[in-house]
Amino acid sequence: MFGLETGFGEFFTNYQYPVMIIIGLTLIYLGIAKKMEPLLLVPIGLGVILVNLPWPGEGLMAYEVLNSSTGLLETIPYQDYVQPPYNMAGGEPVGLMSRIFHYGLSWEIMPPLIFLGLGALTDFGPVIANPKTLLLGAGAQFGVYFAMIVAFGLGAAGLGWFDFQMGEAASIGIIGGADGPTTIFVTNRLAPTILGATAVAAYSYMALVPIIQPPIIKLFTSKKQRQIYMKPQLRAVSNREKIIFPLMATIIIILLVPASAPLVGSFMLGNLLLVSGVTDRLSITAGGGFMNVLTILLGVAVGAQMSGFIFLQQKTLGIFALGLVAFMAATAFGVILAQIMNLFSKTKINPMIGAAGVSAVPMASRVVQRMGQKENPRNFLLMHAMGPNIAGVIGTAVAAGVFISMIG
Amino acid sequence: MAEEIIEAPMVGKIIEVMAKVGEKIAEGDVVCTLESMKMENPLVSPIDGTVKEIKVAAGDTVQAGAEIAVIE
Repeated sequence: MFGLETGFGEFFTNYQYPVMIIIGLTLIYLGIAKKMEPLLLVPIGLGVILVNLPWPGEGLMAYEVLNSSTGLLETIPYQDYVQPPYNMAGGEPVGLMSRIFHYGLSWEIMPPLIFLGLGALTDFGPVIANPKTLLLGAGAQFGVYFAMIVAFGLGAAGLGWFDFQMGEAASIGIIGGADGPTTIFVTNRLAPTILGATAVAAYSYMALVPIIQPPIIKLFTSKKQRQIYMKPQLRAVSNREKIIFPLMATIIIILLVPASAPLVGSFMLGNLLLVSGVTDRLSITAGGGFMNVLTILLGVAVGAQMSGFIFLQQKTLGIFALGLVAFMAATAFGVILAQIMNLFSKTKINPMIGAAGVSAVPMASRVVQRMGQKENPRNFLLMHAMGPNIAGVIGTAVAAGVFISMIG
Repeated sequence: MAEEIIEAPMVGKIIEVMAKVGEKIAEGDVVCTLESMKMENPLVSPIDGTVKEIKVAAGDTVQAGAEIAVIE
């Protein structure tokens, strides 16, 4: 009819479209009304809606790709792009979202640049003042590996909901690190088709830190241990130390785990801009407007990955379930490692700060602070928890590098 | 009688001062609220005693280790 066709017919014949619109609206509702990670859930939610309206909405996330059975170039929506007879390699993005996604995420530009901004907002002081806390940040990463092994084991056992390949299992495990950009970085490299699910799972669980962590912390500590008093003052850290730390960390970590270079290198560069004392303009931009721009682009691009035809599978539920396992395991391992450290050390640390080893900064530290003050009103654990918390960011980036070099 | 100085555990902004000079105070009573990292944190008295001196007012920004109040 005059070449004009509305999307209504298509919309109501495939349940995937309306269901995903409801999911998109729910994410936006959670962001606006419940203030759950609004900076991410609002753009992600709208991205979900945009890509789940039949053409031309889907056309925002379209690719021009070779149909291997006809030998012709065709423009198709993303969900078909990953199916035969189309060849996923070599497709050219032609829609706005697919271009942002392709050049920003597939080319691995945005997650490291967000790390640049995070570095410009991070004070390594607590880690430098108490380097022991670096270990706690590493401890939480055991949870990441644990969840990966569970995910892969379930996949190998052939359970339908958990039919995961190695790359998918690693991407799910990394959710336990509670670090959005890192999760996106790893999933994009190892299992791009589940990117929407792992990214949303990671950000959802980060928003739920205050609900998920306390029961686990309590499970692995006694009341007496939770009351352990830590002197409020960390030693003063000199400017020179603050400059040397990101430089040394860059060299050592990248020599150790070369594949972590994009994330760790950017993070440390951002931090160096902050502490150098002569590049304030750059660090203010990196941690401010620049990061906001990237957050918008990353949010819609991740949302646009969630085409109902890909997202609405049993597998997605499996990813959310195992992501939660990963997150809980990371919290538990952080606390357990703190307990083990106490066995060998004269000055006892409050084992709760181990839970901050998941990288959700500063939410995990705040949880520890709240719980600490409740158990012992004199206790002020915030700065002590920031050590493992920041170390957790580095730890998750390193775990990402390990996964990528082992599996990628 | 022993004097106990309450120090700011970390950099932040004083939101509210609850205690008044000369007032009797019990261990665990809130002296003031310190906001740091977008969290309001109560600073409590470590001992039973009397507030001898308060060195901050609401709205002040304090550095880590700054003296907040003296209780004796």
